[in-house]
Formats: sequence, C-alpha cells, structure tokens
Amino acid sequence: MNAVSVPDRTRSRQRPPDRSAVAVARASAWARRLPLLPALVFMIVVTQLPFVVTLGISFMRWNALYPDDIGFAGVSNFVTVLTDPALRSSVWTTIVLTVTVVLVSLVLGLAIALLLDRSFRGRGIVRTMVIAPFLIVPVASALVWKHALLNPEYGLINGVLTWLWSVLGLGPAPQPDWVSDLPLVSVEAALIWQWTPFMMLILLAGLTSRPLDVVEAATVDGAGSWAIFRYLTLPHLRRYLELGALLGSIYIVQNFDAVFTITSGGLGTANLPYTIYQTFFAAHDYGQASAAGVIVVIATIVIANFALRTVSSLLKEEGR
Amino acid sequence: MTTITAAPARRARRSARTGHGASLLTLLAWAVGLLFVAPAAWMVLTSLHSESAAATNPPSLGAPLTLQGYQEFFGGQNPWPPLINSAMASVFSTVLVLLLAIPAAYALSIKPVRKARDVLFFFLSTKMLPVVAGLLPIYLVAQRLGALDNINFLVLLYASMNLPIAVWMMRSFLAEVPVEVLEAAAIDGASLFTVMRRVIVPLTSPGIAATALICFIFSWNELLFARVLTGVVAGTAPVFLTGFVTSQGLFLAKVCAAAVAISLPVLVAGFAAQDKLVQGLSLGAVK
Repeated sequence: MNAVSVPDRTRSRQRPPDRSAVAVARASAWARRLPLLPALVFMIVVTQLPFVVTLGISFMRWNALYPDDIGFAGVSNFVTVLTDPALRSSVWTTIVLTVTVVLVSLVLGLAIALLLDRSFRGRGIVRTMVIAPFLIVPVASALVWKHALLNPEYGLINGVLTWLWSVLGLGPAPQPDWVSDLPLVSVEAALIWQWTPFMMLILLAGLTSRPLDVVEAATVDGAGSWAIFRYLTLPHLRRYLELGALLGSIYIVQNFDAVFTITSGGLGTANLPYTIYQTFFAAHDYGQASAAGVIVVIATIVIANFALRTVSSLLKEEGR
Repeated sequence: MTTITAAPARRARRSARTGHGASLLTLLAWAVGLLFVAPAAWMVLTSLHSESAAATNPPSLGAPLTLQGYQEFFGGQNPWPPLINSAMASVFSTVLVLLLAIPAAYALSIKPVRKARDVLFFFLSTKMLPVVAGLLPIYLVAQRLGALDNINFLVLLYASMNLPIAVWMMRSFLAEVPVEVLEAAAIDGASLFTVMRRVIVPLTSPGIAATALICFIFSWNELLFARVLTGVVAGTAPVFLTGFVTSQGLFLAKVCAAAVAISLPVLVAGFAAQDKLVQGLSLGAVK
C-alpha cells in the first residue's frame, strides 16, 4: 500500500492546478511529516545549534580567565591552533590510534568469526566469552587494564611473565613498565580488546548470511578452502567489513575514556577529543578550543562524506 | 528435499576429510575465547581477593575469596547516588529516545515523507560529528540556564546521542511490519496514534527491546558529557569511577569490585540479549 501510494501522490501533484487537490496534497504531506517533526526539531536544536555557536566563538578572543577581554579575533585562533605543535601531534595520535585499533580489531574479529562459524562443542560458551569485553563499562575496562593488568609491580601481565620464566627456569623475567614504555600501545591494547568482539559480532552475522549453496557448488568444483575464502567469503563479507570499519571509526575517533583513564593524555597519547577537552577546561581558552573543534568538524565532514557513501551503498543493496 | 539430504552429506564429507584439523580449530577457538575473557575474569577474581592477595607478583590465583573489596567499595564514599544517577539518566533518556524515534521511523519507513533518505542521513551524520566540538557551547548554555550538575540536562544530551541510532534501527524493524496489517488498520479508520499503539508497537516489540538495550548501554557507559556537565549532585557511575584513576596503595580489590559493580547492569543486559546486540550495533542492517 505505501509503496503504491507514494508515486500516486506525486503524480497527482503534476496535474493541472486544482486548488482543493493541492490543499489536500499539502495537508497530507504535513500529516506525513508530523510524526517526524519532534525528533527532527530536537536533533537540530541539541546537535546543530551548538556547532553554529562553536563556529561563532572560534572567531572570538575569549578566555574565561580574562572575562574583560572578549572580542573579535579574526582567524588568529585558527592560526594558533594549526601552528600549535601539541595540537598537530594530537591529530596524528588520533589517526594512528583510530587506524590501528580499527584494523587490528577487524582482522582479529574476522579470524575469530571464522573460528566460530563452525559447529563445535561449546560454541555458545566461546562466543559469550569473546563478547564479554564489549559489555564492560569502558572506564571500568580502562581502569582494570591500567591497574590490574599493565601495572609493572603487580599487574597480571608481568605476573604471568614472572610465572612463565620461573616455570621454564629462565632466570629473572622481564618486567616492563607497559604504560610508561609503550603508552600508545597500552591504550590501543585496551581498546582492541574492547572492540574486537564488536567486529566479530558483525562479521559473524555476515558469515551466517552467506549463501551456502554457492560454497557447496565451489567445493564440488574442487575449489580449496583458501580459494573459497578469497573469492567467495571475502567478497560477501565486504559490506560487513566496511560497516564494521565505519562504525568502529566513528566511535574510536571520539574516544576519550581510555586516553583519559590509562595515560591521562600524557606521553604522547593525547588525541583530539582529549586535547580539546584540556584546552577549555585547563587553559580556559574558549576561542582556541572552538577553533580546534571547527577544524575537527571539517575533517570529520570530509571523512564522513566518504563513510556515508559506504552506508548509502549498503542501503541500496538492502533494497528498501 | 535435495537440500535437506545434501547438507548432512556435505558436513560428513568435510569432517571426514579434516577430522584432525577440525579438533585443532576447536581447540584454537577455545584458547581465543579464554584469552579474551581472561582480563574480565581476572577483574572478577581480583574483586573477590583481599587487598594483600590482589597485589602479588606472580599472581595468587588460589587465594581465599572474600567480599572485602565490595564492602570497601560500598562502605567508602557512597556509590549509590552515582549509580542511581546513572540509572535515571539511562532509563529516562532511553524512554525519551523511543518516544521520539518510533514516530520518526514511521514517517521514514512506513509512510515515508519526501526526501526520507536525506533525513535518515542527516540523523546518521550527527553521529559522526565529534561530541567535543559541541561541548563548549553546551557547557556555556547549561551554565547560563543553571543546568550544570543537573541530571535532566544529561537526559536530553543522551537522548540526542542515541536518537540517530534508534531511528535507524527502528526504521529497519518497521520495514518488516506486514503491509496487509497496516492496510487493515487503515480501512478500520484507525488514527495514527491508534496504529502506533495497537499495531506497530506490539508487532515490533523485539526491535524496540533491541533499540532500548543499545540506548541504555551507551547512556550508562558515557563519560565525557557527564564529566564536563555534572559534579557532586548529578555525577554518574563512570564519573565516580574516574576517582580511581590516580589511586595509590592497596586498592586493587576495591577498584575491581567497583568496576564489576558498575559494569553489572550492562553485562547482565548484554548477555541476556546477545543477538539483539548485533542487530542494534549494526543499526539494524545485520539481522
């Protein structure tokens, strides 16, 4: 019914102008829009207006510590931000962090999804065990990584090293101070642990939806498992891989919890969200923080434009 | 008929060919599962150890179990106000999201407005704009309105954070409502509200549950807004947890107890609804 009525209505609009028909069409168009309006207005007010204000503030000289010196600053905030080495390095950190976490968790997620895409004893239990990391509150997980796993003195990782070395009789075990020696890797490890289950779940759903008759036909034709994976499974999984990468990137680019908790942004792990947070809550420079925000938004629009095209193609394949 | 006989035959052939390989793969799957659950299991085990047994190297796996860590956590700085704040922010924002998202999804799926696609992508694009970039104006507005440290303000923000996801998910669930049912309702002259309440909500209740679950989890987990906009009164559980970031001394069991206690609602909800989790996380694109 709905599929038919849409073209009908548009056609009726192109007929010679009959005033009452136009009025009816307009009324029904509004009747259609009515259920959408509350959500749309709410979203515009809560998410779009703040960005407009941010854009305004980014051209202002405004530091909360000097309330008497507020004025128009032109592009000087942008110049400061773009020439600030700390901010530029945080851009780089954000890219490295996001790409590493998304790629590694995608590859691990794919491997685990392939392992779980067979029937074996305890499959449900293994799946549940793998999902566990995703169901722990991110701050809690970051705290556990920082204190209970990576701590150089009594963390589990160094504890296991001690235990392994003594079992193997290798003498004193190496006891690295993970967070100080490899700060970014520590943050990445905690995030990969949390995001691999997410990728696994999406890819496993993709594998389950794979048409088995094609695989069967290929097996009959004598295709090996590598050939089946390379030429059948992987192409089928493409849109699931893209979906996982897209959604993972959206969340990891914005990550604040892990950076804040594990390293407090120190040792070169400050990503953009953390740096901007610092700029207005430690330095109180509203103008600069806003300029940084605007730059982040522009960068995101460029990336999102590409990403939305991916989702758009997913939607087309879905057919409705 | 042919497909029914073909499947077991194929499976038998495959397992006969790779019997050893299969058991090796099963072993590997179990090893990976154990590796992934290990940090979480260690968190739970440490929360049940005494402080002195928690901080040893090598780890003392078999140390006697105790609830001391939990007693310390619940007996120290009172964690109930933040837990209740989190529950309120998560539940209220989820209800608000559903109230806004279900009608919106109806207007984007069942009786689509013109340019429904553009509207859908507008919703999704708000999810891609970094939260931090809008944080300062939101903070300033909250300050002017006297809404700092107010849970209601957080409810609004969490609703805006989850609404796009909910609209996308609900749209994909509504698309499955049989057209005949809606036609029948239309012939009976049911109003939009009646159709929503009597037809759409009952038919899509599993989808609504999945959506609610995702919104609840994301709100419960949120830290950045809560940390910036709340303080002593309206601070949420994740903000409370950040109090442990720079802790020193014997506190490992207490930290783990706190982490377990605060993750518990999400763990329970997530394990109970694993399949809905997949649907929700993929915005309803993966069924």
